[in-house]
Amino acid sequence: MIAASGCATTANNPKDPYEGFNRAMFAVNEGLDVVIKPVAQGYDAAAPLPLKVAIGNFFGNVWDAWTAVNNFLQGKGQEGMSDVGRVLINSTIGIGGAFDIAGEIGLTKHQEDFGQTLARWGVGDGPYFYWPIIGPRTTRDTFGWMVDVYIDPVWRVDNMALRNSLVATRYIDVRASLLPSDKVVDEAAFDKYDYVRNAYLQHRRSEIFDGQLPHEVIVDEPAK
Amino acid sequence: MKSLRSLLFGLFIVLAPATAAAQELAPDAMVRQVTEDVLTVVRQDKDIQNGNTRKAMDLVETKVLPYFNFQHMTALAVGRDWNRATAEQKKRLTEEFKTLLVRTYSNALTSYKNQKLVYKPSKIQPEDSNVLVRTEVVQPGNKAVQLDYALEKLGDGWKVYDVIVAGVSLVTNYRDTFSQEVRNNGIDGLISMLANRNKQLEAGKK
Repeated sequence: MIAASGCATTANNPKDPYEGFNRAMFAVNEGLDVVIKPVAQGYDAAAPLPLKVAIGNFFGNVWDAWTAVNNFLQGKGQEGMSDVGRVLINSTIGIGGAFDIAGEIGLTKHQEDFGQTLARWGVGDGPYFYWPIIGPRTTRDTFGWMVDVYIDPVWRVDNMALRNSLVATRYIDVRASLLPSDKVVDEAAFDKYDYVRNAYLQHRRSEIFDGQLPHEVIVDEPAK
Repeated sequence: MKSLRSLLFGLFIVLAPATAAAQELAPDAMVRQVTEDVLTVVRQDKDIQNGNTRKAMDLVETKVLPYFNFQHMTALAVGRDWNRATAEQKKRLTEEFKTLLVRTYSNALTSYKNQKLVYKPSKIQPEDSNVLVRTEVVQPGNKAVQLDYALEKLGDGWKVYDVIVAGVSLVTNYRDTFSQEVRNNGIDGLISMLANRNKQLEAGKK
């Protein structure tokens, strides 16, 4: 909050009252990415596509169980049952989640987390934050993320070496999956911080409503 | 007089097929046709797949551009300051924003890796003049990425005025940045900001 006052002139979004702090953290992450991105690029280049898909599927399958719980918590029984089916099928026939057999037979993958559940329960966004390592989160989604991590089986693996390598692999896998959008964002954005913030807020809103947001016809606002 | 009429008629015959195709299609059918046209080329073009942005841009300019209403897109991105711009400023803003969007869109095309496109059924009524056509990019092992197009009916057929990727509007995502620039340096400041970026990208292109 102290940092925020230093940069008050740049504040241009009411959802982002701590922009000064957030921009500083954004700079930290951009710095970290100088190291992380080449690792992700190396992984992307070295790992054959089927292996990358299997790794993504494995972590996706672990998360699908939590997606199921969140769908039930949001009262979406049908989606939740479908997610339970996904985990059962992919953990067995899909060999520990390496293959998304369930997806191939029509059980669509969903993406839920506790932040979305809180939103469905009526919790508002709260101020926007940009955190080191984990990146953008609204206040609500920051709390949601803490619950996600607490539940996350990957963080609960007892063997520390195994746990650390699982967490690291997942992190690099996610970073690698974002590589294609890097160039687009680098070219499209004038102020990357601003572009990322707005994209995150729009994307979360769409996720909360499962992509079924009613389309608002935007009428040009009259000049003041 | 008669010869003039036959000349006009002849012209009409020549021009008719080009305009008729776009006018007659329903918006969802149009999105599908344009997408498939573009992807058919991308699937066969190794240069585009290997990141040749110039070639992708040529493709977008010939196949996609005619179906977009860039003036409306620019107005949405600029927001309430749009009405303060003069006709000349509007023209320049639209021109520069168009160049930037074509590049962004073309760049996205170069990362296409044979993902499957699914066209969601849309409920479009004959009297509608503003619709959302939903599509999905399906990729193995990942949640499908939603790719929606907002279209409006104009005199010369349906035109896209917004592209929404995973819930993110490529157009309104610029609003904060643009209004900040207008506040600091006026409409002309925004025009030169866009123009400078386009020049930079053009100079640095591979």
